[in-house]
Amino acid sequence: MTARLHGGVRKQYGLIAAFAVAYLLLGLLVRNSYYQLIMTLVLVWATMGLSWNMLSGYSGMISFGQAAFFGLGGYTMTIAFVKFGVTPWIGMPLGVLVGVIAAVIIGIPTFRLRGHYFALSMLAYPLAMLYVFEWMGYQEVSLPMMREHPVAYAQFADPRTYMAFAMVLLVAAMILSLHVERSRFGRSLLAIKQNEPAAAAAGIDAPRQKMYAIMLSAAIAAAAGGLYANVLLVVTPQTMFGMLVSAQALIVSLFGGVGVFWGPVIGAAVLVPLAEILHGELGHIVPGIQGVVYGLAIIVIILLAPEGIYWKLRDRFFPVRPPTSVPRVAAAPAPAAAKPAADAAPALTLERVTLAFGGLRAVDDVSLAVKAGSIHGIIGPNGAGKTTLFNVINGFLAPAAGGSIRFEGADLVGLKPHQICRRGIGRTFQVVRAFPRMTVLENVITGAYAGAATDAEAEELALAALARVGLADEQAYAIAGGLTTKQLRLMELARALAPRPRLLLLDETLAGLGHDALEEMLGIIRQVNREGVTIVIIEHTMHAMVKLADRFSVLDHGRLIASGTPAEVVRDRAVIEAYLGKKWMDRVADPVA
Amino acid sequence: MDALKWFLVDFLQALAAGLLVGGTYGLMCVGLGIIFGVMRVVNFAHGDFMMLGMYIAFYLVTGFGVLAFMGPYAGPIVGAILAGPIVFVFGWLLHRYLIARVTGVRVVTAEAEGHYAQIILTLGVSLILQNGGLILFGSVPISVQTPLSRESWELGPIFLNQARTVSFVLAAAFAIALYLFLSRVRLGKALRAAADNPIAAAYVGVDVDRSHRLAFGLGVGITAVAGGLIASSQSFQPYIGFDFVVVMFAGVILGGLGSILGAFWGGLTIGLVQQMSTLVLPYQLQNTAIFVVFLLIIFFWPRGMFGRTWERT
Repeated sequence: MTARLHGGVRKQYGLIAAFAVAYLLLGLLVRNSYYQLIMTLVLVWATMGLSWNMLSGYSGMISFGQAAFFGLGGYTMTIAFVKFGVTPWIGMPLGVLVGVIAAVIIGIPTFRLRGHYFALSMLAYPLAMLYVFEWMGYQEVSLPMMREHPVAYAQFADPRTYMAFAMVLLVAAMILSLHVERSRFGRSLLAIKQNEPAAAAAGIDAPRQKMYAIMLSAAIAAAAGGLYANVLLVVTPQTMFGMLVSAQALIVSLFGGVGVFWGPVIGAAVLVPLAEILHGELGHIVPGIQGVVYGLAIIVIILLAPEGIYWKLRDRFFPVRPPTSVPRVAAAPAPAAAKPAADAAPALTLERVTLAFGGLRAVDDVSLAVKAGSIHGIIGPNGAGKTTLFNVINGFLAPAAGGSIRFEGADLVGLKPHQICRRGIGRTFQVVRAFPRMTVLENVITGAYAGAATDAEAEELALAALARVGLADEQAYAIAGGLTTKQLRLMELARALAPRPRLLLLDETLAGLGHDALEEMLGIIRQVNREGVTIVIIEHTMHAMVKLADRFSVLDHGRLIASGTPAEVVRDRAVIEAYLGKKWMDRVADPVA
Repeated sequence: MDALKWFLVDFLQALAAGLLVGGTYGLMCVGLGIIFGVMRVVNFAHGDFMMLGMYIAFYLVTGFGVLAFMGPYAGPIVGAILAGPIVFVFGWLLHRYLIARVTGVRVVTAEAEGHYAQIILTLGVSLILQNGGLILFGSVPISVQTPLSRESWELGPIFLNQARTVSFVLAAAFAIALYLFLSRVRLGKALRAAADNPIAAAYVGVDVDRSHRLAFGLGVGITAVAGGLIASSQSFQPYIGFDFVVVMFAGVILGGLGSILGAFWGGLTIGLVQQMSTLVLPYQLQNTAIFVVFLLIIFFWPRGMFGRTWERT
């Protein structure tokens, strides 16, 4: 099965090698030094595109500030060379180091921001640096010519050497991107991009993964910046930190295709020569006409292929079909744990948990104990605080001081959602939070990582979980975006089950299901429970819960108003009133009704 | 004692300059804020619409001299105001035939809600406007001539440049008029609702495409007026948009996404920071100061000064 996940890596290596060899052969044939320069610049901007794609394409955090790392890489190399006589062979790795350090310093505060706030804040960093470098007097710094030992200072008489050099860097970035795409790390980034809360609840440490992404991204950009300075032999703040640098990285990626390493390469190969040739051919006739044509070109293409050329071509010529021969999934060996006795120790204990949004106490001084091996129902009308209670348990929200949440004896308060997931608590969401562009299997594998050391193990766990919920075979290869409500609920259940949690928090898993689907879901939940998983389930319809739960806790306006066995709770006057309103009180009082 | 006095004078002078510049920045930011708030689109071409406003004011006043009959004082002001409706129509048409293809209801299901296509599209529009401007207007820096820009009112020891003061008053008047439009007029209220919560607005019957089109036209029109006002106190060329678009982004984010009037205060803050920074920092670092203050505010109020922090889990 790992063959599928890693399938094509060797083929991709072959394609990358073929591309590199063909490109360099073409380069050997080109005699015109201007065209040679264009061919080198294509490679530099493709590398910058890969840098952008590493951060923004995979994780979805759109960056308008890749120039910060590009500029730091270029300037570090240049200043080390000019001021201290350090050869670019050392200066460029030094630039990469500076770029990575800057990425950490930038990432720590900036990852607190979301969406447009993140994107536009990233814009501020290179522009702030631009003015600082201008002010420090580095308006225009030229690399000195080293005629004595040119090679020791990375200076070559033949411009094609730079082209080869740029190709080495690009191929390195492509291979790095390829492996990220196929790895657990890349899949985690993709999950974060599609639904960050779901990723956190599935055990992914989102801040850490994003930090790795920006560090890798910065390393690639800084290397490209160092190379660019070497090729042009001069740096200026505008060419290194300017808005056009960031824009170029983003344009080649968006144009070529986001989230796949061929995208930026295609984008750069089309756009960089187009811009240069327009500039060369038309620039002297009508200054500015090249910019107009270039602008029109990218507008037309993006209207025709809004997600980039790569995806358009792939959907047109190589549509993805589910595999024709689906491996049969062996029935998962059910965990051997028997259902514990009714007097088992509590698995989850809440004591005096309170959570207030401003003045509103969404969860108000709730204490409850969930017995190991039981099915515990949390019921209550809309707005009673049920989902908020789950959000507190799984770490999305921090309870007010003084409350405690213990799972198998260990305190959960202060832990992050992914840490709580790894302690063995899975959850599903009221509104299913799928990763819509992944297949069902990939969705579940993403969840399985929390309980697996290797990719192969994660895949095994995922297949077992899918078999447990009855979504095996072809359904496993459907794209999650096209599933029915029932399938989505089952998939989310499988994703929560995959890392083999000991406690499952199910948020209205039964909502929106028809009669048959409901019975099926009840059967699955009971089966999972029989296999030893403690279950806490939220519902606001009573009838299904009475059949399912061993015990009820009833919330109303954030307070726990009753708890007990189903039989006790349905007779509780406070519950009936909170739940059904006064009208029903009369009917209960009158046994004939 | 004298040193303190001079510092105080410098301080007040910078404060006044900051307020005057900031008022126009504020109006500019309101224009971008409407588009940002209602459409959630990062309009990279916004600075270039401001540039259009500058050139329209220039051609009405100096170039073609259509407004010459109004005299040297009123002409530039009327020119700046007229830039508004002209650019409004241009923006309205641009949205109708181009921008609408990658925004609004059509793209909610696309990856990243279609942001990728929007970014490329507005970058493309920006390139066309800048370079088209180069072809049409030439690259020689120009400005709108008005005797006001060479004269000052003296307020004790403080000098208030007349052109900037007039611009400030007009910018404030426009912002207030816009405030009234958004809070009193039915159409304006619908627009504000669409900015507050686009999905809910659609549910209660606000026509999303129409409010987008209105927002886009209004947004670029208002910024064009701000551009026309600046044109009499600063020289410009077709590439000037880039210098301002970043300032506008910063102002809008500072004010808080979705808060149209917050954008005015955001722009005002930027103007103040820019001018006040010259008291302690070298002149070249005034833009760095803007970005540093911008980042600091964003880190402490991650949703801007007037944005809401409320989000359903």
